[in-house]
Amino acid sequence: MSGLILEHVTKQFGTFTAVNDVSLAVADGSFVCLLGPSGCGKTTLMRMIAGLDLPTGGSIRLSGADITQVPTHRRDLGMVFQSLALFPHLTVGENIAYSLRIRGADKDAQKKRVDELLAMIHLPGFADRSVNKLSGGQRQRVAIARALAISPKLFLLDEPLSALDAKLREAMQVELRQLQQRLGITTIVVTHDQREAMTMADTVVVMNGGEIRQAAAPVDIYRRPADSFVADFIGQTNLLPFETDSTGRAAVLGTSIEGLAPLTGPEKGLLSVRPEDVQLAPAGNGLIPGTVTFVRDLGGTIETFVEAGGQQVIAVSSPRNRPAVHVGQTVGIKLDPATSVVLAK
Amino acid sequence: MRREPPQRLGDYGPLFFPAGMLTLFFVVPFATMIAVSFFQRQQGGFYTPAFVLDNYARFLSLFFGKVLGFSLFLAVAVAIACVVVGVPFTYLLARSSRKTQIAWLVALLSILSLSEVMIGFAWSTLFSRTAGITNLFVWLGLMSQAQALTPSFGAVMTAMAYQAFPYTVLVLYPALVRLDPTLSEAARTLGASPAKAFFTVVVPALRNTILATLIMVFIFALGSYLLPQLLGRPQHWTLSVLITDQAIYQSNMPFAAAMAVFLVLVSLALVGLAVYAGRQKEAK
Amino acid sequence: MTALRRLLFFVVGLFLALPLIVVAGVSINQRQTLAFPPQGFSLSWYAQIFTNPEWRNALVASLTLAATSALLALLIALPLAWFLWRRLAPWANIFQLLGVAPFTLPPVITALGLLTFWATTGFYGQSWTAVISHGIFFVTLPLVTLSLGFSAIDRSLVEAAATMGADDRTIFRTIVLPLILPYIVSGYAFAFVLSLNEYIVAYMTIGFTMETLPIKIFNALRYGYTPTMASVTVLFLVIAAVIFGLVARFGDLPKLLGALSEDK
Repeated sequence: MSGLILEHVTKQFGTFTAVNDVSLAVADGSFVCLLGPSGCGKTTLMRMIAGLDLPTGGSIRLSGADITQVPTHRRDLGMVFQSLALFPHLTVGENIAYSLRIRGADKDAQKKRVDELLAMIHLPGFADRSVNKLSGGQRQRVAIARALAISPKLFLLDEPLSALDAKLREAMQVELRQLQQRLGITTIVVTHDQREAMTMADTVVVMNGGEIRQAAAPVDIYRRPADSFVADFIGQTNLLPFETDSTGRAAVLGTSIEGLAPLTGPEKGLLSVRPEDVQLAPAGNGLIPGTVTFVRDLGGTIETFVEAGGQQVIAVSSPRNRPAVHVGQTVGIKLDPATSVVLAK
Repeated sequence: MRREPPQRLGDYGPLFFPAGMLTLFFVVPFATMIAVSFFQRQQGGFYTPAFVLDNYARFLSLFFGKVLGFSLFLAVAVAIACVVVGVPFTYLLARSSRKTQIAWLVALLSILSLSEVMIGFAWSTLFSRTAGITNLFVWLGLMSQAQALTPSFGAVMTAMAYQAFPYTVLVLYPALVRLDPTLSEAARTLGASPAKAFFTVVVPALRNTILATLIMVFIFALGSYLLPQLLGRPQHWTLSVLITDQAIYQSNMPFAAAMAVFLVLVSLALVGLAVYAGRQKEAK
Repeated sequence: MTALRRLLFFVVGLFLALPLIVVAGVSINQRQTLAFPPQGFSLSWYAQIFTNPEWRNALVASLTLAATSALLALLIALPLAWFLWRRLAPWANIFQLLGVAPFTLPPVITALGLLTFWATTGFYGQSWTAVISHGIFFVTLPLVTLSLGFSAIDRSLVEAAATMGADDRTIFRTIVLPLILPYIVSGYAFAFVLSLNEYIVAYMTIGFTMETLPIKIFNALRYGYTPTMASVTVLFLVIAAVIFGLVARFGDLPKLLGALSEDK
C-alpha cells in the first residue's frame, strides 16, 4: 500500500500523553494540514513522522515500508522548520546543496540542482548570498528549496509561515499550494491558522488533546463539523443548546424549530449555526426572541450581537442585506434547519 | 534535536577524557592535599603519613587569628571598594555604544590577565621614591620631596583593588547589560532624575546581583598571594601569603595544607552563598 | 549623565592606566635605573628580552607552556561541553562544576593541591607537570566559552541536518564544528593569555627547576629592579590586548562576556 499510514501512533513524555492513538492515511500526492490549538500534539505527530521523536506505541509506514524506528537521516524527507533552521555559516547555495553534498553528489550536479531550485523559488542568482542578509520571505523560500533538493518522498512543514506578516503569509500559502500541485509531492503542514489550512489542504486534520477530532476536506470541516470542538475551532459559530420535547420536536432556547430533525439523534445537544446562516427578522412568528446588544460594522460584513435566553447569538450579513436593527431592539432569530448541524453535547 | 539520556556505552565516549583528567589531576590532588593536612611534619621539610590534628590546632593561636582577621578585613574592604565604583561604572558602560564597550572590555581583560607579579611590580614602581607618583606631586608643588609610599597598608589595598576591579566589572557586566532599560526610563517618566532612577530603581533591582558580586570579589581578593608580600609589611600578610610561605619557604606542607583546606571551606561556604543569592534573583 | 559618565570613565581609566604608564616610561630608560619620567630613550630593555639568554629562555618557556596548556584545557573542555549539550545527563554536571572550581577558588589552593600531588607521585619539577597543572587550572575558560557557544546553537539546525540525511558524525563535522569554531578560538585565547601570566601554580609545580617569565620577574625582584621587568610587563600587556582585540574583532566579545546577543 502506498502513501503514509499512521496506525495507533502514541507518544508519551513521562506521564503526559502528547499524541494518543492516532491513525491516519495520507494518500500519495495529497496535501494534509494538521490543525489545532497549541499543545494539541500536532507538532509531536509531525516530529514522529520525521523521526525526530520516536513513538511510544503504534507504527508508521511510508510507501509500504515500516519506518517507525528508522533514524531521521535515512528517511529521505524534506522538512521546513518553524525557525526555518537555515545554516547561518553557509550561503544560500550551500544551504540548498547540503543534502546533495553529504550524499556525495559531484559539484556540477549540485550546482545544476541549486540553480534549478533557485529558479523555482524565483530567486535566481542568489546562490552566493549569505542567508543572514535575506528578507523573511526570501528565507522562507530558501528553506523550502533546501527541503526539496533531493526530491523527497515526503515534504513536511512545521508552522512554516508563522514568522511572516499577514499579507506575505497569504501570498506564500497560495504559492506553496501551487508548487505542491506542480510537483505532486505528498505534503504535511502543521499549522494553528485555520485560514492557512483551508487555503492549502486537500485534507484538514483537526487535532485537540493529542487526538484527531476530524479529518476531512476543508469545506466539509466547515460545513459538517464532527463535534462542538471542531465547529468552534474552525471559523465562527453559534453553539446553541437544544432539547427534544415529548412530541419529538426540538426546541432551541425554549422555542420550537420547525423542520429541525434530530429525532433519531440525541434528546439533548448543541446546534452549530454559522453566523452567516442566522437571519434576523421582526419578533414573533414563532422565532426565537432576542435583544440586540451590539452592532459591529466592519465595512465588508456587519455582525449583530443578539442576547437570547442568556446566550449570545451572532448574525453576520453583508452590507447589501444590512439588517435594520439598533441596540436594545427586540428581534426574532431565524435558524435554517438545512444549514444547522446537530452535535452531541 | 531532543536531548536524550545516553543510551549506549559509546554515548559516554566524549566524557571519558575530560572526566578522567579532572578526576586524576584535580580531585586526586585535592584529596592528597586534604590527606597531607593530617600528616605529621618532620624536620627538614618532609612529612610522614599520620592522622594528627596538630596542624589544625595551630589555628587556635593569636597569630593565626590575627592573620585570618586581617585577611577577611582586607578582602571585605577591597570587595566593597570595587563594587561601590564598579556598579555605577558597569551600569554606564552597559549603556554605552558597542564600540566603547568593546574597547573597555579589551582593556579590562588585558589588565585582569596581567600577572599578579607584574601588577605588584607596577605598583611598587608607582609608589617608589625614584620613579613614583610622588615625583609628580613634587613637580606640581604639592610635596617638597619625593618619598616611597611602600610598604604600607594603603599600597596593598590600592594594588588589590586595581587587580580586583576588572574582575568586578566582568562579573557585573552580564546582569547589567541585560537589565531592562525601560526600568529606569519608566522611573524617569515618573519624575526621577537619572541619578535618582539609578539609586531607587536600578540598585534595588540588582540587590542580589550586587550581593553575589560582593562575595565573588571577596573570594577573589582572598586569593591574592603576592601583593601583600610585595607592597606590605609582614603584618599585612594574608592567609594566601601565609600558605605560600609555609609551603615554599618554611617547607611545612601539612600546616600549609591545613590552612588551604580551611580557606577552601570558607570559600565554598561563600560561593554557596553567592549561588544562593543569584538563585533568589532568578526566582524573582 | 553624559558628563558624569565621562568623569567616572576618566577617573577609572586614569587609575587603571597610571601604573602601566609609569611602567612603560620606566621601560624606555636609557640607564639601568627605574626612573620616571624616563631619562633618555632606549629600546634596549625590550631587546634584552630576546637577546639575554635568561630572559629569552623564560619567554620561550612561558610561550610553550601557554600554548600547550591552553590546548590541553581545550581538549578537556570541548568533549565535556559537547556531551553536556548533546545529552541529557544531569549527573554529568558534576564535571562542569569540577571544571569551574579551580578558577573560582583562591589559586593558592589549586597550586598547593597540585604541589602535594606531584610531590607525592614523584614527578615534582618535571616540565610537563606544569602543562597538566595549567591545563586543569584554566579548563574553566574554554569550558565557559564553549558552553556558551553550544547553547547559542539552535537545536533545530541539528534536526534540519538530520532530516536532510546527515548522521551524527556528519552533523558534528558540517554544522556543529563550524558554528562552535569562534568559541573554540576564544576559549583557547583566554586560556593562553592567562597561562602566560600565571605565577603561583607554575611556581609551585616547576618553580625550582624552570623559570617562566612571571617566575623570572618575581625571582629578579628579590635582587633589585631592572627595566627589563618593565619591558616584559609592557610586552605581556600588548600581547593580551592584541589577542583580546582579535577576539573582539572576529567574534562577539560582549556576548562572550554575557551580553545576550549582538545588537547592531
